[in-house]
Amino acid sequence: MRDFSYLRATSTDAARQAAALPGAMLLAGGTTLIDLAKCGVAEPDTLVDITHLKGLDRIAVDERGATIGALARMGHVADHADIKSRFPAISEALWQAASAQIRNMATIGGNLMQRTRCPYFRDPANFAACNKRVSGSGCSAIGGVTRGHAVLGTSEACIAMYPGDLATALVAFDATVHLGERKLLVDDFFLLPGTTPDREHAIEPGEMITAIAIPGSAAARRSTYLKIRDRQSYEFAAASAAVGIEFEADGRTIRDLRVALGGVATKPWRVRAVEDALKGKVLEPETVRAASLLAVEGAVDHGANHYKIELAPRVVARAILKLGETA
Amino acid sequence: MAGIAVSTTINGDITEYLCQPDETLLDVLRDRLGLTGAKEGCGTGDCGACSIILDNRLVCSCLVLGAEAEGRRIETVEGMAHGDQLHTLQQKFLEHAALQCGICTPGFLIAAKDLLAKNPDPSEEEIRFGLAGNLCRCTGYDKIVRAVQDAAIVMKGA
Repeated sequence: MRDFSYLRATSTDAARQAAALPGAMLLAGGTTLIDLAKCGVAEPDTLVDITHLKGLDRIAVDERGATIGALARMGHVADHADIKSRFPAISEALWQAASAQIRNMATIGGNLMQRTRCPYFRDPANFAACNKRVSGSGCSAIGGVTRGHAVLGTSEACIAMYPGDLATALVAFDATVHLGERKLLVDDFFLLPGTTPDREHAIEPGEMITAIAIPGSAAARRSTYLKIRDRQSYEFAAASAAVGIEFEADGRTIRDLRVALGGVATKPWRVRAVEDALKGKVLEPETVRAASLLAVEGAVDHGANHYKIELAPRVVARAILKLGETA
Repeated sequence: MAGIAVSTTINGDITEYLCQPDETLLDVLRDRLGLTGAKEGCGTGDCGACSIILDNRLVCSCLVLGAEAEGRRIETVEGMAHGDQLHTLQQKFLEHAALQCGICTPGFLIAAKDLLAKNPDPSEEEIRFGLAGNLCRCTGYDKIVRAVQDAAIVMKGA
């Protein structure tokens, strides 16, 4: 790691001010930042440690929704009884992410700032070209080994996949990120790579994630997170789906549906086309499978990641049908 | 450079040290305090060889800065045995031969200790899920899982 100075923040305002200075970065769980500092991707001049701030780890849940403090740990949120009962997809997404150690360390705010696992991004010593690291330097992934790269939301500048599970569930249920007073939909917080893949989040210098809020809904209460991967635990998604459903009184007609994809796109990927195609329809396997194909409309593969285009709709269909069975 | 003064409790003892900003807690434990039980495997949080318990949370000490530990309570594998009296988990790892080269063992022991503290009666699946963040490249995990199951039975009866 390159030399940096360490500052322990004593208040949220002090942390924001310190982190606004050039070269300064906020340090919470450290699972992304210290890791990336070690491989030379993150080169902070100052780390502002916010883990000693009080009160930013609260979790409050009621009829209207949940508010989760930025410093709440992934494991704590996953295991929270009211999150499990009112937002099963959120709890399941967190449980299926990482390892016990990482879930105990990583914070909810830091989780949203998680960077891609693109091996070219993470290896500056061997791959100088990466538009995400250095704007305009090129992309080593395009034409390289692409099994884990995105098929949705890509650009000519970047095909890096967004690897997180939690945010996939958050976009499905219209969660907002609180940056102090400013509030942004999670869907707007994450940016498409376009021509500026180095800019991943709509967060400005001097801003800090303070909380995440998730509105309560019948669809959130009846929800699940289905993650398909190379092994059963401690692995990123080959494709995943956060799905929530609400039926009409007949128990068969879909009143509300939420669908988001993980593991296949450059950001957490809400698929309203699938939602719109199925709202008002009776839940039948054939209808669901046909509509789920809309999840990958516009997908573009780069060779080895072609399987994601076939896999993702099946994951969506399986998750929706699973929720139908629990009627 | 003088370094950052940090005061912690390690295995029940108040411990103070000076460290540089870029030193991990693993570096501090091993190189400054002589607690070499925790190992550096990957250094990136993937293998769990550096596992310790920090304020009741199992964590990878390779991704924690030494400076962050101010005021925290740390438990390492060195705190598991009492003199010559091995912890039940250590005894069961020996009896089941749940190790070969031993590099991953301190991490597995402390992770298993944390697992059983939170779930005294885990199923095999829960043990495998709970220990997924600890990698062993020698034994293939079966003996480790059996050692933890056996230890859980003894510890429940204690």
